[in-house]
Amino acid sequence: MSSRRRSDGVTAYILLSPYLFIFLTFTLFAIGYTVYLSFTRYNLLRPPQWWGLEGWRRVLHNDLFIHKALPNTFKYVAIVVPVQTVLSLILAFAMDQKLRFRRLFRTIYYLPSITSSVVISLIFIWLFSPIGVVNQLLGLSINWLNDVRTAFYTIMLLNIYTTTGTLMLIFLAGLQEIPRELYEAAAIDGANRLQTFWYVTIPLLRPVIYFVVTVGVIGTFQVFDQIFVMTAGGPLDSTTTVAYVIYKWAFRDTSIKMGQAAVASIILTVIILIVTLLQRRVIEGSGSVAS
Amino acid sequence: MAFSPPSTLSPSPGHRLETFWDRARAPLFYAILIAWALIATAPLYFTLVFSLKPVQNAYDPPLFWPSPFTLENYRTVIQSFELFPRWILNSVIVSVTVTVLRVLFCAMGGYAFARLDFPLKNLLFTAMLVSMMIPPQVTLIPNFLVIGPGIIRDWEIAGVKIPTGFGLLDNLGGVILPGIVGAFGVFMMTQFYKSIPRELEEAAMIDGLGRLGIFFRIILPISRTQLLTLALLTFQGEWNAFLWPLVVLRTPEHFTLPLGLQWFKGEYYTLYSIVLAGSLFNTLPILVLFFLFQRYFVHGIATTGLKDI
Repeated sequence: MSSRRRSDGVTAYILLSPYLFIFLTFTLFAIGYTVYLSFTRYNLLRPPQWWGLEGWRRVLHNDLFIHKALPNTFKYVAIVVPVQTVLSLILAFAMDQKLRFRRLFRTIYYLPSITSSVVISLIFIWLFSPIGVVNQLLGLSINWLNDVRTAFYTIMLLNIYTTTGTLMLIFLAGLQEIPRELYEAAAIDGANRLQTFWYVTIPLLRPVIYFVVTVGVIGTFQVFDQIFVMTAGGPLDSTTTVAYVIYKWAFRDTSIKMGQAAVASIILTVIILIVTLLQRRVIEGSGSVAS
Repeated sequence: MAFSPPSTLSPSPGHRLETFWDRARAPLFYAILIAWALIATAPLYFTLVFSLKPVQNAYDPPLFWPSPFTLENYRTVIQSFELFPRWILNSVIVSVTVTVLRVLFCAMGGYAFARLDFPLKNLLFTAMLVSMMIPPQVTLIPNFLVIGPGIIRDWEIAGVKIPTGFGLLDNLGGVILPGIVGAFGVFMMTQFYKSIPRELEEAAMIDGLGRLGIFFRIILPISRTQLLTLALLTFQGEWNAFLWPLVVLRTPEHFTLPLGLQWFKGEYYTLYSIVLAGSLFNTLPILVLFFLFQRYFVHGIATTGLKDI
């Protein structure tokens, strides 16, 4: 039996070897090296020089990072996540009503999600250009992506447009798993539809809501493609996000700052982990109040 | 309505409200569904219309249908820009290679986690779950160094140069390598293999098949559905990927399609009809795959919540 177990161990590591190679190289080592780089000054031309906390100090005093990228990113998450979550829940609820043409609707809703972020961005650049479709339809002449007041909201709109269909599918799968008997029981107890929705559907959907919000939070904190293609952080840094700053410092600026980009990426990771844990507590915590 | 059979349930306190609601329900939900359907299709529809109009009439009315109609923009994209077919080919190479390898390697890893006992199993599994929450930005710089110039450049021991990087900068191999297996895929396959009965394997073992034989001859064939789901999500993710190819690739000849389109936009901003015609080309393969395998896409999204793994 023990030789069987040993041979299982060997087989397991053979089967896992591609994963372990990639994990150790591109995840574990990479995270460690990013932490190391955050304490160095590195411009690719010369080897990294130990810099202690100087890189951290500079990032935390960097105007672009502290006054633009961080607040912009939080604002982005705070607007996009609630809107797309509520919208997708409403759509999923409507889809769950056993109406006709459900399959057709489902296909249509998923279309924006299968289109690549670059293509959708290119489309939105044109839709929201000064002579674009949106202005033509609304009879306006706003330069959406070049105006500090509208650029960031236009990108948020794009994000909501692309993700809502995907999130709707997740909610729909969750709704369909709720046993019908529970609804019948609620009806016998004299609950009206709103009460049923509030006291039966929502609590039972809590794990799915947590999941959808988590996926949303992780995704929106990393927003990059759309910003890169549509505005490159402008106008006047009004659409610069943390992920964009990281790319800019590490790969785009004329004087490359790998160390400080590493600092920013660690800060982003810590923020995502904290927010994900906090919202788990909030969503699960609200359950104990209701029950 | 008055003669409709009485409900089996006794009328609830809000009975009148309920009947109103029952009558309003279907139209209300249809209105919601149709409204979002229009929003979801409008940008793509207007893009299609625009790309089917001649460049010189691009901004003339009508807005809602292509008049005058032409396929000229599509012809221009394919015939006049040699780079365009090149980008399609590059994208196909990257997406197909990554998909095939990732499906195989994720299935292998998932089977090991689901069925075999080995040292450090729990630690590795937990590490994998944690790694799924890590944003790509935090590994971006070291991965760029490992793929390209190396962690330590010109490292020599006793006059022998030790490479610390793969030297794959501006090479499709560099785009492919880190993607050949992924934590989400391994996790998804682990969950799947945990759910299938052990009897199959036990019978095969009695027949004298070893673990690897069982995996390749029995397990892989019965996980076709799951593998296809993983393959579709992987292909879609790779076909649309932007950040990592942007970091690795430098010359336009080596670009993948999304990268090429972004570059193309910068070069031919005034010919936006052609940019958009090219963009729709990028969407076409995924659209076809989606219509062919919609069931698997939906299944994958509903279980993993991700459009790219």
